Amino acid sequence: MSVLTGNFNAGDHSVTEAARRRRFGPIYSRNVRAVVARGLMATKSSNWMVMVSGFFEPVLYLISMGVGLGAIVGSVQGPGGQEISYAAYIAPALLAVSAMNGAVYDSTWNVFFKMNFAKLYQGMLYTSLGPLDVAMGEIFLALLRGAMYATGFTAVMGLMGLITTPWAILMIPASVLIAFGFASFGMGITSFMKTFQQMDWINFVMLPMFLFSATFYPLSVYPQSIQWFIQAMPLWHGVELLRQISVGVFTPATAVHIGYYLVMIALGVLLTTSRLRKLFLK
Amino acid sequence: MRVSELASKESPVSSPSDAALQYVITAENLTKRYGDVTAVDGISFRVPAGEAFGLLGPNGAGKSTTMKMIGGVSQRTSGSLSIMGLDPEQHGPEVRAHLGVVPQQDNLDEELKVRDNLLVYGRYFGLPMSYLKPKADELLEFAQLTDKAKSKVDALSGGMKRRLTIARSLINEPRILLLDEPTTGLDPQARHILWDRLFRLKEQGVTLILTTHYMDEAEQLCDRLIVVDKGKIMAEGSPASLIREYSTREVLELRFGSERNASVGAELDGIGERLETLPDRVLIYAHDGEAALEQVTARGLRPVTSLVRRSSLEDVFLRLTGRSLVD
Repeated sequence: MSVLTGNFNAGDHSVTEAARRRRFGPIYSRNVRAVVARGLMATKSSNWMVMVSGFFEPVLYLISMGVGLGAIVGSVQGPGGQEISYAAYIAPALLAVSAMNGAVYDSTWNVFFKMNFAKLYQGMLYTSLGPLDVAMGEIFLALLRGAMYATGFTAVMGLMGLITTPWAILMIPASVLIAFGFASFGMGITSFMKTFQQMDWINFVMLPMFLFSATFYPLSVYPQSIQWFIQAMPLWHGVELLRQISVGVFTPATAVHIGYYLVMIALGVLLTTSRLRKLFLK
Repeated sequence: MRVSELASKESPVSSPSDAALQYVITAENLTKRYGDVTAVDGISFRVPAGEAFGLLGPNGAGKSTTMKMIGGVSQRTSGSLSIMGLDPEQHGPEVRAHLGVVPQQDNLDEELKVRDNLLVYGRYFGLPMSYLKPKADELLEFAQLTDKAKSKVDALSGGMKRRLTIARSLINEPRILLLDEPTTGLDPQARHILWDRLFRLKEQGVTLILTTHYMDEAEQLCDRLIVVDKGKIMAEGSPASLIREYSTREVLELRFGSERNASVGAELDGIGERLETLPDRVLIYAHDGEAALEQVTARGLRPVTSLVRRSSLEDVFLRLTGRSLVD
């Protein structure tokens, strides 16, 4: 039993000493990758069906609405004023929705479970991980999932002949940006949730946002006041951003959409870190 | 103190925290309030390196809160606290790099297999896989879980989970091991295995900080302990010295039946040094328990059962607080 001999000597082992001499912050230990590695290892044993269904949902919408409804609608006006097929019009919007769904599922339901039932974060925060490491690691995992969905969906768009410009490849990083915004906020908001009933509120917010954020028709159908309200919502910015990228038309509004997400990410990370600190380092 | 001061003068390369290293934990007037409730009420103690230090007290005495403050996962209301020369509130991740923590409730990662639990936990400390792989196998051996390496965590028994939690806490070769009620809920055999493991760690120089409400556990494992009640320290010392100071060598336990226990007190007056009447039994504290029993029978009293035993920390606690440890 080598524990009792040689290399087990109350912490004078050089490797463990080196790990102790790293630079630490009060809430950060530069070790986000350990949280990510744990998430990937846990994914191996998790339910793949849930992940796959998250990918197929927007694909099914694209087929039924784009192809089915599109046959009646015909072509519509795209962001640059050009005529595009209805399917090409809604596809980037559905991609934004898919990025949102992937990020929100990971950062809300999964985080809720880990926080309240698996007590995972309590365990992590009793190590030299800080709350910022945990928050960033979990958000990164959500992004990874968002990126996978986005790549798959973009491929489907390509197969359906809905991609007409090389710019469209930029939809993938843009989707990750959208996912980042939702994941960082989603995790912070989840930290306030104590019961499953409260978790349902998240769906209650997401479904109308999905239906009304100019996903299936232009914003101009609404009266002005409702337009302003929709424009304040994050998904609309994601939909518009991806729609512009999908046809390679960029305007000053593109910068506004990107800026919206950058602010959302900053606020979300701040919220999540301070909440984790409050919950587990009280 | 003096030894380390000399040492640091002789070797200028050593870190400035050397003087504090002799005491790995220093707490002064440590206080924690949750709203109106004062969980920890101005306690002070120091723990030298390599000691097995116990916090003994009933549930709700403030032991776990003290442990959380040491780990830097709970902020103190006032007072000062230094772990390896560092304030855990300012240097949480760095302080915890020195600690191994066994929480009151196992929080193993149920989504990972047994061995992966150790590997992943080691990664949280920033340790490389080349170190972790042999270390994990070594710790599985130590915890007698080698044949469970590939099992799922929820397939383990309570005792196995506890041992895995302890193995996990050792992955970073901690200088200080915090054990919060380590054997609560375990069967006697599992407890003894665990105690044996903790003994071995102590022999290797690991500082053990242990909370318990089992006096046998405290007597077995602790070099020194504080008796805590309602957030305050009632007494401090080694188990033997506490027993010497607050109790007699032996105790005579008498049972007269639940109605008689209370009323028989006056008739026992003068036997032994002290008398304690509990609902289910009467305790006579005496240097010689057998002699005390003879005196009892000489007075014509016929207890239903009688038992002479050595004094324990339970008696110390009873003396200090007027209450039993385990309600």
